[in-house]
Amino acid sequence: MAHVDRQTWDVVVVGAGGAGLRAAIEAREAGMRTAVICKSLFGKAHTVMAEGGIAASMGNANEHDTWQVHFRDTMRGGKFLNQWRMAELHAREAPDRVWELETWGALFDRTADGRISQRNFGGHEYPRLAHVGDRTGLELIRTLQQKIVSLQQEDERVSGSYEEGLKVFQECTVTRVLTTDGQVAGVFCYDRESGRFFVLEAPAVVLATGGIGKSFKVTSNSWEYTGDGHALALLAGAPLINMEFVQFHPTGMVWPPSVKGILVTESVRGDGGVLRNSDGKRFMFDYVPDVFKEKYAESEAEGDRWYEDPDRNRRPPELLPRDEVARAINAEVKAGRGSPHGGVFLDVSTRMPAEVITRRLPSMHHQFKELADVDITAEPMEVGPTCHYVMGGVEVDPDTAAATGVPGLFAAGEVAGGMHGSNRLGGNSLSDLLVFGRRAGLYAAEYVGGLRARPIPEPRGIDAAEAEALRPFSAEEGGGPAENPYTLHQELQQSMNDLVGIIRREGEMAEALERLAKLRVRARRAGVEGHRQYNPGWHLSLDLRNMLLVSECVARAALERTESRGGHTRDDHPQMDRRWRNVNLVCQLADDRDAAGDPDPALGQIRLSRRETPPIRRDLLELFDKDELVKYLTDEELSR
Amino acid sequence: MSERQAEQRSGAYQAHFRVWRGDADGGALEDFRVEVNEGEVVLDIIHRLQATQAPDLAVRWNCKAGKCGSCSAEINGRPRLMCMTRMSVFARTETLTVTPMRTFPVLRDLVTDVSFNYTKARQVPSFVPPAELGPGEYRMRQEDVNRSQEFRKCIECFLCQNTCHVVRDHEENKAAFAGPRFLMRIAELDMHPLDAAPARGLDRKVSAQDEHGLGYCNITKCCTEVCPENIKITDNALIPLKERAADRKYDPLVWLGNKIRRRAE
Repeated sequence: MAHVDRQTWDVVVVGAGGAGLRAAIEAREAGMRTAVICKSLFGKAHTVMAEGGIAASMGNANEHDTWQVHFRDTMRGGKFLNQWRMAELHAREAPDRVWELETWGALFDRTADGRISQRNFGGHEYPRLAHVGDRTGLELIRTLQQKIVSLQQEDERVSGSYEEGLKVFQECTVTRVLTTDGQVAGVFCYDRESGRFFVLEAPAVVLATGGIGKSFKVTSNSWEYTGDGHALALLAGAPLINMEFVQFHPTGMVWPPSVKGILVTESVRGDGGVLRNSDGKRFMFDYVPDVFKEKYAESEAEGDRWYEDPDRNRRPPELLPRDEVARAINAEVKAGRGSPHGGVFLDVSTRMPAEVITRRLPSMHHQFKELADVDITAEPMEVGPTCHYVMGGVEVDPDTAAATGVPGLFAAGEVAGGMHGSNRLGGNSLSDLLVFGRRAGLYAAEYVGGLRARPIPEPRGIDAAEAEALRPFSAEEGGGPAENPYTLHQELQQSMNDLVGIIRREGEMAEALERLAKLRVRARRAGVEGHRQYNPGWHLSLDLRNMLLVSECVARAALERTESRGGHTRDDHPQMDRRWRNVNLVCQLADDRDAAGDPDPALGQIRLSRRETPPIRRDLLELFDKDELVKYLTDEELSR
Repeated sequence: MSERQAEQRSGAYQAHFRVWRGDADGGALEDFRVEVNEGEVVLDIIHRLQATQAPDLAVRWNCKAGKCGSCSAEINGRPRLMCMTRMSVFARTETLTVTPMRTFPVLRDLVTDVSFNYTKARQVPSFVPPAELGPGEYRMRQEDVNRSQEFRKCIECFLCQNTCHVVRDHEENKAAFAGPRFLMRIAELDMHPLDAAPARGLDRKVSAQDEHGLGYCNITKCCTEVCPENIKITDNALIPLKERAADRKYDPLVWLGNKIRRRAE
């Protein structure tokens, strides 16, 4: 153990996407020496792929917009399962978080009077998304990256070192959060470039690692999305909630096969694009669910008028929340009305001039031209659902982003659960990152400032973490041949895609759990060739542990919830059930051990329990009509 | 059905790849025969090699959609993003040679040490917010932000830095020269309608010339040619920066640049 490098920091942030960088900025500005650890190069995090925009009720495009309207839309989108206090804080604080970005150099698209332009998006009552063409995520990540650099320049002027108060450890991976007596004491990491291990001692750790999409075959997510933060939290003793809710974005590319799943931004529909089946019909008009009937157009003519006159017309059903649109596309394809490559048609070419398309949707134009030989100004795109986002995550205190049960552990962004309920609205992710990234950094700093003594990482924990990380190099010693980690990964993705995908059935999910148990046993023998220097096979072997853990959470929770709601659709329980509205399914690490004291991979790793959610505050409930609330809340909740 | 017939039906074929493998101490091109399917890009083939023949083949990648700028390499000598280079642009019989970016030190296989770029990024003075405006009070016209927005499309793939001949084979120039990406960053800030650097006594044009090596650039446009975002780095960022720097300093290349551009028009 003596050979493992150790450094001391105040706050460690795991992940350098929007939430992680925003947390790091806040912690550093609160005077904490802050370390950021990220698997990729600085500035490459998954946030760069966000396209549409940042939802914030600034009211620049429609003066009627307020935080209350944004809150309402968010709760409706999540089918009222949202942690309501998070949804409230998010709606209240999002405008300040966007305006702040301008003072750090962000350049959003403008309105005619010079303010930040806002665009329409699914589920949002007013045009609300601050954006830069269809590359908003890149603007966000670059702005935060450059703000970090400016803070480092300040530090350099004072101390002579850019990395004195804020350092980015790029291309490094955390494999364990170290705890001492249940309190956070630091993190165990490896450096991809050299393969060397190191420990960062710190009393506060902010998880900002994003999502889990790489457990599914068809996904819009990058390789980094292996559920690291979800697994780190579980392993440190913190619970996850809402893991059954996985968002399948309705519009991913479906052809050619190698790009299947790559995102086609919702802005295409927000700006006027329409969905058609093989009969040329705008089928979404047939799929407006009862809870949304009054809010969506009944005819194509009304929907088309809405873009110009939103006060006297209702929005087209292409702009329903993502879960509704994804299910509709799935149903059309299943009914034999799909496109040649198994999707449906998304068309902007007949809806607006080519010049407008290339200006408003430049990345999409480029992406289809380069990757599919399709000119979207002249012909429709083919699209279908793709695994995009996990609503579930670490259970956190809504105000402080502190994880339940593990002092010193915080979580923000996609890795945190609750904010989006059963389904996230487009545009609410980037705002979530900023609002709760800032809060996590702030309260992590406050926590560290209030400590009298700092927990020291235990040598035992460090040794165990090192042994675990080295296991893939001696896989064949464990009996039986070594397993190829790439093969295991492909089998996992296929299983989750087929058995716990967009439409779920009891028997299939039970089978998924059996397959996961077998994969877990084999993953213990995942072996690699070569040495530790920049060895992707080794990295994947270690990531498999995390993907298998979160996949089990998804499958177990999905099997348990016998209703359909948001990003969880049961073929055998197709209705939303009000009795499930205030129930969270909580995943925790099971403590089954084999004879040697290691967790037995053949046994389930996850213990599931139910927890009733706190009642929604009365003044927030009063923002809705009673007629609407009866669709979601039980009579008992309504009479309270 | 023979293997060959199956391949023909699915559009699949076997390609010949030569991939550079090694580390800082040296290395060599290694030959592979590998399957290629319809619609695939070079990065797909590299991933297939990892999964089937070379599990420890080091490659940097992330989004696989041309948005993050991680998978830069040289394909048959040309700097490109592997995720945006379709196999269909090459003849089936052509041998594809994939090598790491040449300007940066090799770490392993296709992965290079790009820390040069992060060092340069830190040397560019940051955006200076105007003291008199609070958050939410910024007003800018779209036409005034268009130019800086073009530069902010940059995904930092560093292909322009890699191809720029000022540093490509001239290690000795690296200390004094920020490279096209970061000279463009200076231009972006200089053209930001609300950047208050002048109020702080910072003249970005002069600093580009004096501190970031703008004078080394002799506008050969190699950077523009390799930019996967099609940013007009030379015409829209570097030449205007040179022209404005020349208001205060005489630069013979500006004179030359003007002449060349005038001829082109």
